[in-house]
Amino acid sequence: MSYLPFAVAVYLFLIGLWGIVISRNLIHLVVCLSVVQSSTYIVLLAVGYRAGGTAPIFLDVPVGRRAVDPIVQALTLTDVVVGVTVSALLLALAVQVHKRSGTLDPELLTSSRD
Amino acid sequence: MDPLIPLTVAVPLLAAALLAAFSPFVTRRVIELSSIAVAAAVTAMCLLLLSGASEAPLVYWFGGHMPRDGLALGIAFVVDPLGAALAAFAGVLVTATLVYSWRYFDAVGVLFHSLLLIFLAGIIGLAISGDLFNIFVFLELLSVAAFALTGYKIEETGPLQGALNFGVTNTVGAFFVLWGIALLYGRTGALNLAQMGETLAGGPVDSLVVTAIALLATGFFIKAAIVPFHFWLADTYATAPLPVCILLGGVVSELGLFAFARVYWTVFDGALASSHEELRILLLAAGALTAVVGAVMSFAQRHLQRMLAFSVIAHAGLLLVGLGLMSPAGLAGAAVYLLAGGLVKASLFMCLGILQHRLGGVDELRLHGRARHMIFTGTLFLVGGLVLAGIPPAGTYAGKALLEEEANLLGLSWVTPLFVLVSCLTGGAVLRAAGKVFMGWGPPPGHSGGEEDAQVGQETTVERDRTPAVMFVPALVLLTAAIIIPFVPGLLGGSEAAAVAFADRPAYAGSVLLGTRHPITEARAHEWTVPTELIAGAASVIGAVALAAFTLRRAPLPQKALGKARTGAERVVGGLTKLHSRHIGDYTAWLTMGAALLGGALAAALL
Repeated sequence: MSYLPFAVAVYLFLIGLWGIVISRNLIHLVVCLSVVQSSTYIVLLAVGYRAGGTAPIFLDVPVGRRAVDPIVQALTLTDVVVGVTVSALLLALAVQVHKRSGTLDPELLTSSRD
Repeated sequence: MDPLIPLTVAVPLLAAALLAAFSPFVTRRVIELSSIAVAAAVTAMCLLLLSGASEAPLVYWFGGHMPRDGLALGIAFVVDPLGAALAAFAGVLVTATLVYSWRYFDAVGVLFHSLLLIFLAGIIGLAISGDLFNIFVFLELLSVAAFALTGYKIEETGPLQGALNFGVTNTVGAFFVLWGIALLYGRTGALNLAQMGETLAGGPVDSLVVTAIALLATGFFIKAAIVPFHFWLADTYATAPLPVCILLGGVVSELGLFAFARVYWTVFDGALASSHEELRILLLAAGALTAVVGAVMSFAQRHLQRMLAFSVIAHAGLLLVGLGLMSPAGLAGAAVYLLAGGLVKASLFMCLGILQHRLGGVDELRLHGRARHMIFTGTLFLVGGLVLAGIPPAGTYAGKALLEEEANLLGLSWVTPLFVLVSCLTGGAVLRAAGKVFMGWGPPPGHSGGEEDAQVGQETTVERDRTPAVMFVPALVLLTAAIIIPFVPGLLGGSEAAAVAFADRPAYAGSVLLGTRHPITEARAHEWTVPTELIAGAASVIGAVALAAFTLRRAPLPQKALGKARTGAERVVGGLTKLHSRHIGDYTAWLTMGAALLGGALAAALL
């Protein structure tokens, strides 16, 4: 088993969180959230990877042929759907924030209300 | 009974889709009546499930993919009494909210009703899911519905900001959960809770298991608003439309704790059985810290919605203390307290909604004495404050008494004073507000200013003369329910029995994987009317009244006094207030730090 995908996933997770912490733009912030999410795709796929396995499609292949785990692929797809929903909603909110207050900067939004 | 199980989730989802699709063709009243009917029917279905599950847990396998030789590949719903009760409770709250919002919004779009039904479906799915990944999916489903509901008033910046903070922090939390799921799946090759528990129970507790529980706990605690993951909650609940707050304050935070308890007792309990003592210390510490921070902040607020929001945090802390006792009796007490506390907070939020509807605001200083003529709402608010403080023999008192008795049995004598302190502060805050707003007591707000309620959602701006019955009656019903809980026959004993079954991992695994029947036996709850508990209950109420009286007589408000008096307590409040910066980046930094702390503490405790 290779540790590379896990290292990449941890890196994406942390760099995404860092991006959210320092973000000065809500659109950028939502994209950073997607970066955090990509780390979950990678960790899921890495968990189900089998060295030398084929895609888990069992038509026209001999029985017992090594294949990667289809469950994690299904989970990743569900995760993608969840991510799209959340991103769409948050971006819509960001657009509304911009319409109402004329800025997308979380710092300015915070100070404008005190 | 079996087909009923998936229908409790499918019916509200389908109804939500149909309502959204047909909304252009029917009148608003049709939409409202049909959504109320659906929510009530789903509640009735959940109650049926509760009675069906009270003898033994019900298991439903989708597509009939039953486990073979104790190996589960299919996806299951497992209905146990605690889960079914939570689902029914959510049904009651959603029904009450739908009735309540009949007159609240001047122009409410139909999507509001659809979103509420989706939200209900998510809660029910979470409560009865027997599969870890489905717990994640339902948690996301109800969260996304909640984000949308929070930002429902898209014309105002406050709610939008609240919804963004809510959305970003909770989505990060969901990714923590998903990471935990991926790691556990890698270890166990399963997603079924029972199956995972069986596999882990036979294996070692290594760094992977500890990392997984740390990730899952972080994700669930973000939803539950445990300190230091709690920052998003006050912003969100202080700005969301009040009908939405009824649900958020009544049940949402508790769902995170429920999910944590469910996953812990089905997946990890076998593997971590030898580390109960260490886990107990950790959870109790987190719970106590959350309860104190929430209570202190609640007392320091003048914006009533924000005050109740911090009350929700304090309440979550007390519930975590209950779970942290790591025993069935602790779980049972937490369940009773969740139910009673949820009902009373929902009722208090409804009272705030009435204030907003009648007077156009919920700021303590601005409303000073302006609600003198609202006798009925005032009485309700006052009684709500007393129940929140845990006046015997209301349900909140019973829940706390059960927890305190169990803590005393475990030799944790500091739990009772903690509960009294938190009850004094949260109840006292409500009573003080009642005195100011409904009686006009305390110094008049001539020097108002500072933090204005710009962040408040102004759902209704005009002053109105009458309180609509559809707003008052649900608040009255929920408050009455919170008071009479201990007297419902079989409820206290039933929750004890349900908690015993909830915390019995081998029995859960047996009924899910092997189909064996594990009857839920009768159990007796702790005595909740013993003298020591009555004294603690009385102390809470007297303390709350005294605190309220003190602030009404002398100092204008803790916040106001900050500039002059520099006592330690006020510095603490000031410092805490500064930390709540309403900045998403800050909150994310806090939660990352919290995750690291939690992970480190768990590693130190378990490895």
